[in-house]
Order: sequence, then C-alpha cells, then structure tokens
Amino acid sequence: MKLLLAYSLRNVWVRSSTAALTIAGLALVSLILLAVLMLGNGLNRALIESGSPDNVLLLRKGATTEIASGIYRDQAHIVRTLADIAQTSGGEPLAIPELVVLISLAKNGTDTLANVVVRGTRPDAFILRPQVRLSQGRPWQPGTTEIVIGAQIATRFLRDGIGSHLRIGKREWLVVGIAEAQGTAFESEIWGDVDQLMSAYGRDSYSSLTLRLSSSSAFQSIDDAIAADTRLLLQVKRERDYYRDKSMTMATFIRLLGFTFTFIFAVGAVLGGTMTMYGAVASRTREIGMLRALGFQPHQILSALLFESLTLGALAGLLAIGGGTALQFVTLSTMNFSTFSELAFRLTLTPASALSTMGFALGISMIGGIPPAIRAARLSVAAALRAPGR
Amino acid sequence: MTAPVVEFQRVSKSYFRGEQEIPVLKDFSLSVPPGRFLAIMGPSGSGKTTILNLVAGLDRPTQGTIRAAGLTVSQQGESDLARWRARHIGFVFQFYNLIPVLTAAENVELPLLLSTLTRQERATHVRAALGLVGLKDRIDHYPRQLSGGQEQRVGIARAIVSDPTILLADEPTGNLDRSAAEAVMALLTKLHRELNKTILMVTHDPRTADYAQETLHFDKGTVASS
Ligand SMILES: Nc1ncnc2c1ncn2[C@@H]1O[C@H](COP(=O)(O)OP(=O)(O)OP(=O)(O)O)[C@@H](O)[C@H]1O
Ligand SMILES: [Mg+2]
Repeated sequence: MKLLLAYSLRNVWVRSSTAALTIAGLALVSLILLAVLMLGNGLNRALIESGSPDNVLLLRKGATTEIASGIYRDQAHIVRTLADIAQTSGGEPLAIPELVVLISLAKNGTDTLANVVVRGTRPDAFILRPQVRLSQGRPWQPGTTEIVIGAQIATRFLRDGIGSHLRIGKREWLVVGIAEAQGTAFESEIWGDVDQLMSAYGRDSYSSLTLRLSSSSAFQSIDDAIAADTRLLLQVKRERDYYRDKSMTMATFIRLLGFTFTFIFAVGAVLGGTMTMYGAVASRTREIGMLRALGFQPHQILSALLFESLTLGALAGLLAIGGGTALQFVTLSTMNFSTFSELAFRLTLTPASALSTMGFALGISMIGGIPPAIRAARLSVAAALRAPGR
Repeated sequence: MTAPVVEFQRVSKSYFRGEQEIPVLKDFSLSVPPGRFLAIMGPSGSGKTTILNLVAGLDRPTQGTIRAAGLTVSQQGESDLARWRARHIGFVFQFYNLIPVLTAAENVELPLLLSTLTRQERATHVRAALGLVGLKDRIDHYPRQLSGGQEQRVGIARAIVSDPTILLADEPTGNLDRSAAEAVMALLTKLHRELNKTILMVTHDPRTADYAQETLHFDKGTVASS
C-alpha cells in the first residue's frame, strides 16, 4: 500500500520539528549503544585478535602473563627442535623466544608516566605476526641497540619518531622504524633485538616463546611433546586464548558499564518516542475516525502508525551509524590490567555492530510506538469524529 | 413498493455517563426508500449526527433494529461492518476531514484502497470523481491550497468515488459561505438526480434543506415530516 506509506512518511515530514527532536533523542541513545559496541570491537581487536590462529605461546608453568614468565636458553633450544613447527623460507623453525619488560615513559608534553611493553625479539617476528607491518623506516639490525616502535607509542609518547633516542635498561636505543598492527596490542609495544635487551637488563633467560604450528591441527602433538619432556615444565596456549583470557575481565567490565548506561538512556528514549506518537495520535484523532468511517480496519490504522514510528527509528539508526563512522577516528587508551601497561585501541565499526544499532533503534521506536498506535486503533469512531483536530 | 434502503425500527439510543443516562432517541422509526434525498433538521443536541452514525454502524443502538443497504447493521461485528461501510456508505463531513498530507487525488483514492481495483483502475475512478465535482485541474493540490468550497467538493468526490449505495452528509455546508454552499448543494442534487443516490443530509439551514425532496424535523425524539 504505497499510499499508506506515503501517508506515514509525509506525516513524519510535516511534524518535522517534533519528529526531529524525537529522532535526535533516539539517535543519541543508539549512538551510545553503538559506541559501547565499537569499544568492545576495538578491545577485541587490540587484545584477542593480537593473537594469530596458528600461533602458540609457551610460558613457564604457573605464569599467567609473559612478564611473570621465564624460559631458559636451553629450554628454548629444545623447543626449537620439535616437529610440527612451521619453517621460515630459510629453513629455520618459526619459533621465537622473546624477552618482555616494562619501562615507564612520559606521555607527550606531560609528566604523566605510563608503562610500556618492550619486546626483545628477532626480525622473524614480522613473519610470525603478519598483522605487524613497518609503516616508516626499517627494522632493527640484529646485534644493535636499534628499536621499532608501535604507531600508538609514536603518537602518544615519542612524537619525534624515527631518530629519537630512548633509555631502556642500561643502554641508549635509537628509533629506526614505526610499525602498524591493525589496531592490535602490538601497536602499543616497542620491539628490538632480544640479545641486546637481555644484556641491557642483565638477564640470561627469556620470558616466553611464540611459535607457528605447521598446521592448525598440530596443536595437540606439540602440547603432548612438551608435556612429555620433563626438562621443559612449560605450559602451551594458543596465542588467541592467551589474549582472550587476559582481556576477559576488562572487556566484561566495560561492556557492563556501557550496557547499563545504554539501558538507562533507552528507557528515556522509549518514553520520548511514546510521547511523540501519543501527540501525533491526539492531534489526528478526527482523521483516524474518518479513516475508520471509510471502512479502514483497526489493524490497518495500527500498521500505519507503527510504520510512522519505525520511520523515526530508522532515521535515528542511520544518524547513529553516521556518528559511529566519525567515532572510528577516536583512539582510547586504558590500563591493561594484566600487564599494567598502557594499551591504546580504536573504536571499531563493524557491519554487525551497525546492524545491531539499527535493530536497537527500530526496536525502541517500535516499543514507543505501540501504546499510542493501540490507543488509536481502539478509539470509538463516533467519538473520534467529534474530536477537535487539524 | 420497493424495500427501504434505510430502516429504523423502534430504535432507542442513550449515552451513559457513569450512572447517568442521557437519552437521545426514543422509539424512533424511519423508512427511507432507495433514491430518496432526505434532509434532517433539528436543534443542536437533538441527535441528528447520532442517526447518521447509527446508519453507518459507527455507533450501536441501545434498543431496536437498524437495516441499511441490505444489512442488519445493529447486529454486525466490527470488521464485517467496516467492510460493508467501504462498499455501501459514503461520508461527507462538515469539516471535510481531508488528510492534510495527501493531495486531492490521494484523498479521493483512500476509499478505493479497500477495494480490489488495480492502480490504473483507481486512477481512472479518482479522475472521474474529481471531474464530476469540477476539480480536474486540482488533482495535485494539497488541501491547504484549496478554498473551503473546493475542499468540500474533494470531500464529496471521496464520498462517491467507490459508488456507495448511501451518502451520509453531516452539515456539508455548515462551514461554507452562501455561494460555495450553493455549489455544493447543486452537486449533491446532481448526484441524486443523475446517479440516483440515496442521500441523508443533516443541516441547520432551511435553504440547504430546500434542495432535498423531504425534510425530517427533529426535536427531542418527536418527528414531523414535510
Ligand atoms: N459519546 C457521547 N457520550 C455522551 N453523550 C453523547 C455522546 N455523543 C453524543 N452525545 C450526546 O447525544 C446528544 C445528541 O448528539 P448529536 O451529536 O447526535 O446531536 P446533533 O443533533 O448532531 O447536534 P449538533 O447539531 O450540535 O451537531 C447530545 O446531547 C450529545 O451531547
Ligand atoms: Mg451533529
């Protein structure tokens, strides 16, 4: 029924000032929800998706984080001889022992200190974690005190970028490259040569070892092989599971907070939508009576009015998604509770979160529209025709 | 003698405001043969609008039987009544009741949405109805772009577009100046003469009532025809 749709749409248009207010309210609430979803997406990116599906992380038994873990050089050697590990083009096993330390850095132009992860590793780390790519400069030369900094470190701590110097451990390091990592946690890290970092800190053991499986199904056999070797005493985790466990508490906390906010505002928006639609019905009582007198059925009136409030909801949803597109350029930082290091992440818009937001906007406009529409459909026709109206 | 198209048999109608009963019609009987143009006059509050609403099944009698266009209106369910109204009843209102966000043609098309006509057929009917009321050149105008008299003629086009059996007009000229009122009455007379429509028209104005074949004078339940 094209004409009835036109009727609903034009009624929205004619009431554009009240409709605009309602839409703005609905859009705001939907945007809050979308921001919460985008926050979740961003956190997921930064934490869970930091892990690659075929990567496996080895930590000392009992350690829950890389910082608290330790792996001896001979243990690392043994692991590198195991089967089921993918190989580099040079025929080396793709298994990299790493040292992870924390340093304190002052944020750009302030005295505020924050912890930053420094990862001593090997250039093959770029193969092990393909999401990490150099955007400027070059990788460090093995055996030197050169470092590559994550894009978030570059914007938040070391604005001078390539060429700047940094004190880590007992040495002076030179920034030679900047890396991007698709919003993952590696963008908040500093990478350099593992042996140099170990001697700068006077350590002779690594923190962790990350390896790539030759195939995804090889996980079990690696796990078994390591468990069987009494010299190793290591725990084996898929990299993704490691990051997921690490982020669980924080992600849950942020979501809970966000959804609580959204809920409170949503109640307000539903009430606002209801008031608007009640107003629309009240000012159109006689018109509705006329339609009934012509022979239109109550359910047809109901649909036309519901469609009208759904139109408000759809416009609000679009506005919110538009707002979400702009929010993508916002970067937030938070304390990574498990490592106490600074973690920056971007609000991330995904098709799923956009769809959820649209569904939410339509849903609350529907809930707001139902009571007035029912009232309109139930009106006594004779009484409605006597009503004053437009 | 042909069967009446509208028939009230000993109809009573009261409104209730809480405990209090407000009697409007008492033992009222009426018989209108097909093709009759009947005017109903009477003081304000005497129940004229109530009669039209009862004919159309928009309101229910407290007692008695009402038949119209072959249906015992007083005994039908809501949705059957709505379907029947769409086929048999055309309404003309004092305040036109056009939908401001729809054009003249769209307003006239509304009753046809309830029929099985195709889009093209509807458009043809709409053009014919607007032609009949002399507003062919106003098809795309919105109600606010029309004069009161023109709005009422659109209202009449809407009432007749589905070719109903009975036209119910409640003070169709109540809001119009003399010359616009005369144009509207000339139109109703034409519909009556040429299309043989049965028309029940409520009015305050004796000059308007003069266009009808018969006038029902109505006062607190008592009736005197002339
Ligand atoms: N829904 C209602 N509830 C209570 N009383 C009503 C209701 N509808 C109508 N009435 C009363 O019924 C009586 C008849 O009303 P009706 O509208 O039929 O009169 P009318 O002759 O058309 O008057 P007018 O010339 O002013 O239009 C009036 O006293 C009116 O107040
Ligand atoms: Mg009246």
